[in-house]
Amino acid sequence: MEHLKFDFAGAHAPQNFKAILVGVVGSGNLEVLMEPGADPAHCTISITTSARGFGPIWEAVAQNFHSQHQLAGVAISINDMGATPAVVSLRLDQAAASLSFTAGPAL
Amino acid sequence: MKLSFSELSARERVAHLLDAGSFTEILGPAERVVSPHLAQLGVPFSFDDGVVIGNGTLWGSKVLIAAQEGEFMGGGVGEVHGAKLVGILRRAVSTRPAAVLVLAESGGVRLHEANAGLIAVSEVMRALLDVRAAGIPVVMLIGGANGCFGGMGLIARCADHIVMSDAARMSMSGPEVIESSHGVEEYDSRDRSLVWRTTGGKHRFLMGDCDRLVEDDMGAFRAAAAALLGDSKALTLEGLLAEHAMLAKRIECFGDCHDALEIWQRLGVEHAEQVTDMESDQMQNLLSDNAMEAA
Amino acid sequence: MNWQTLVQSLFGDAHTIERKGDVLSGTAQLPGQQGQILAVVGTTDHAPIGVETALAQAKVILDTVQKHPGRAILLLVDTQGQRLRHRDELLCINRYMAHMGCCVDLARRSGHRVIALVYDQALSGGFITSGLMADTCHALPEAEIRVMRLPAMSRVTKISEDVLEALSLSNPVFAPGVENYVAMGGIASLWRGDLQSGLLAALADGNITDQRAVLGAERGGRKLSNAVTQRVLAA
Repeated sequence: MEHLKFDFAGAHAPQNFKAILVGVVGSGNLEVLMEPGADPAHCTISITTSARGFGPIWEAVAQNFHSQHQLAGVAISINDMGATPAVVSLRLDQAAASLSFTAGPAL
Repeated sequence: MKLSFSELSARERVAHLLDAGSFTEILGPAERVVSPHLAQLGVPFSFDDGVVIGNGTLWGSKVLIAAQEGEFMGGGVGEVHGAKLVGILRRAVSTRPAAVLVLAESGGVRLHEANAGLIAVSEVMRALLDVRAAGIPVVMLIGGANGCFGGMGLIARCADHIVMSDAARMSMSGPEVIESSHGVEEYDSRDRSLVWRTTGGKHRFLMGDCDRLVEDDMGAFRAAAAALLGDSKALTLEGLLAEHAMLAKRIECFGDCHDALEIWQRLGVEHAEQVTDMESDQMQNLLSDNAMEAA
Repeated sequence: MNWQTLVQSLFGDAHTIERKGDVLSGTAQLPGQQGQILAVVGTTDHAPIGVETALAQAKVILDTVQKHPGRAILLLVDTQGQRLRHRDELLCINRYMAHMGCCVDLARRSGHRVIALVYDQALSGGFITSGLMADTCHALPEAEIRVMRLPAMSRVTKISEDVLEALSLSNPVFAPGVENYVAMGGIASLWRGDLQSGLLAALADGNITDQRAVLGAERGGRKLSNAVTQRVLAA
C-alpha cells in the first residue's frame, strides 16, 4: 500500500462543519473523509491506497481539486482501492459540495 | 417514487430508513476505529470498519441501528466490526429501544481476519440473543446484492424478524464454494435463476424463513420495519419445540426435492412457475393456511 | 483423539454415549460426583453439519431441558463446518444451525451449565452454533480450529496460498492452533493430561455472561474488541 500527502495554501475557509464522509472502500472505489483541519490557512490531503506507483496522478488530481476549491482549514483523508482519477475527483467534489461559506464562490 | 435499497450504501440506507435527521452515529468515521489486521495484507481499511451504528427514530419511536457496508470486504465481520455490533446490541439492553434494526449485507466472517472474525460472529450471536431475552425485538433487514451469508446467515435466523426483498439472498454457503467442493452438477453458481430460487427472498418467504417480503425500495423496508417495532418474540422451550417439529416435518415433506419449484408446487402454490416473475406484493396472496402449515 | 478414547478418559465405563451416523449422544456419570449425570452430545469424524445433523444435536439439548432440569450438558466438537450441498441450502441450513444455537442458548438460560470441548477439528459455522454458544468452550492441545481451509480461503480472498500459509505460521489471527484461540479469548482453557479435572473445573465456573472479549484483552490476543464494545456502551 502507498501513503501520500499533499499540503496546499488555501483561501476559502468553510464555516465550522462536522466531518463529512463520501464513498465506500470497495474495488474501484474510495472513501473521502473531510474534516476541519489543524491549519486554518491550508488544505491537506492524506491518501492511503492499495494501488501503487500512481503518485504523479494523485498529485495531478489533488492539484486540480485545490485549484478549483482553494479550501483552507480543511483536512481530507482518503482510503482508496483503485478508483480511477475521475471517480476520485467526483468524490472530492461531492464532499466539498456539503461545505458552507459565509462569502465567496458558492460551491 | 421508488428508491432502491440494494443500490444505496449502508450509510445512505440508514439516512433513508430512519426519520429524517434523527440519526446520531456512534463511533463514526472521524473517530477512526479501524481494523488493525488489514494493513499486513495490503488492504486499505475503512474509517468505520464497514459498519454504521447509532441511534435514531422510526415513525417517532427510538431505535438502535446497525448497517453493514456490503462493498467493503464483502460486508465481512472483522474484530472491530463485530465489536461495534456487539456494542450496539448490548446498548439495547440498557436503553430499551422499540427495536434494534440490523441491515445485514455480509458474507459472514471476514476471512482477512479469520480467527478474530469467527469469535466476533459468535459474540454477536450471543449478544443478539440477550437482546431477545430482554424483550426487545431484533429486526433483520436483508436487501443488499451481496445477501446475508455464513455467520451472518446464522445470526439472522436468531433474530425476532427478518424482512427481505427478492433482490437479496439469505443462506449459509456461497454458491461458488459449493460448486468448488462438489462440482457444477451439484450447484451451478453462474445460474442466477437457480441461485435466487435456492436462497433468494421469494423462496425464503414461501418457506416461512423470512416474515416479510418487500420490493427493493427504501419506503417498503421502512414501512415493514416500522410495523415490527415492539414486536418481541421471546425464545421459549415451547417455541423451540414447535420450531424443531416444523424443521423435522420440512425434511419429511421436502427433503427429496431437487429444486425450489418442486417445493413451491408441493406447498400448494398455484402457478409455481410464475413465481420468479411476480412482484413482491403479489406474493402475499400465494399461500393458503394449509400451505403455510406444511412449511 | 478419537471419541471413544476421549469418553473413556473422561468417564471410564460410566456412560451410555453412542454414535449414530456422525452424531454422538448419551449420558455420563460425572467423575467423582456421586449420582450427578451429564448429558453429552456432539459429532465425530469431522462431521459436516447438514440439516439432519443440526437437528439431531438440537433434539438432545431440547430433551435435556424438557426432562432433566438443571442437568449439565457437554458438547463434543469435531466438525468440518456446514455441509456444502445444494439441498441443505434449499432447505435453509442456516435456520437449522441457528436452531441448534438457540437450543444451546435456551439451555443456558434455563439453568443448565453448557460446556464445549473441541477434541479434534472445529470449522466455521459448524463451530459457531455449537461450541461457541456454550458457557465456555475448551479444547485439547492438539485440536485445530479454522474458519476455512487455505485453498478455499485463497480463492475467496484472492490472496495466494503461500502468503496465507506464511501468515498461518506466524500470525495469531490466521494460525489454526488452539493456543491462538486461547490467547484471543475464544477458548477458555486447554485440557492437558487429566481431562477429568478440566471438565470439573469448567463445570464449577458459575459465570453466565460472555467474557471472551475481556479474556482476549487480558491475554493480549484481541486487544480491540472489548475496548470498542465499551466505547459503544459509553457513547
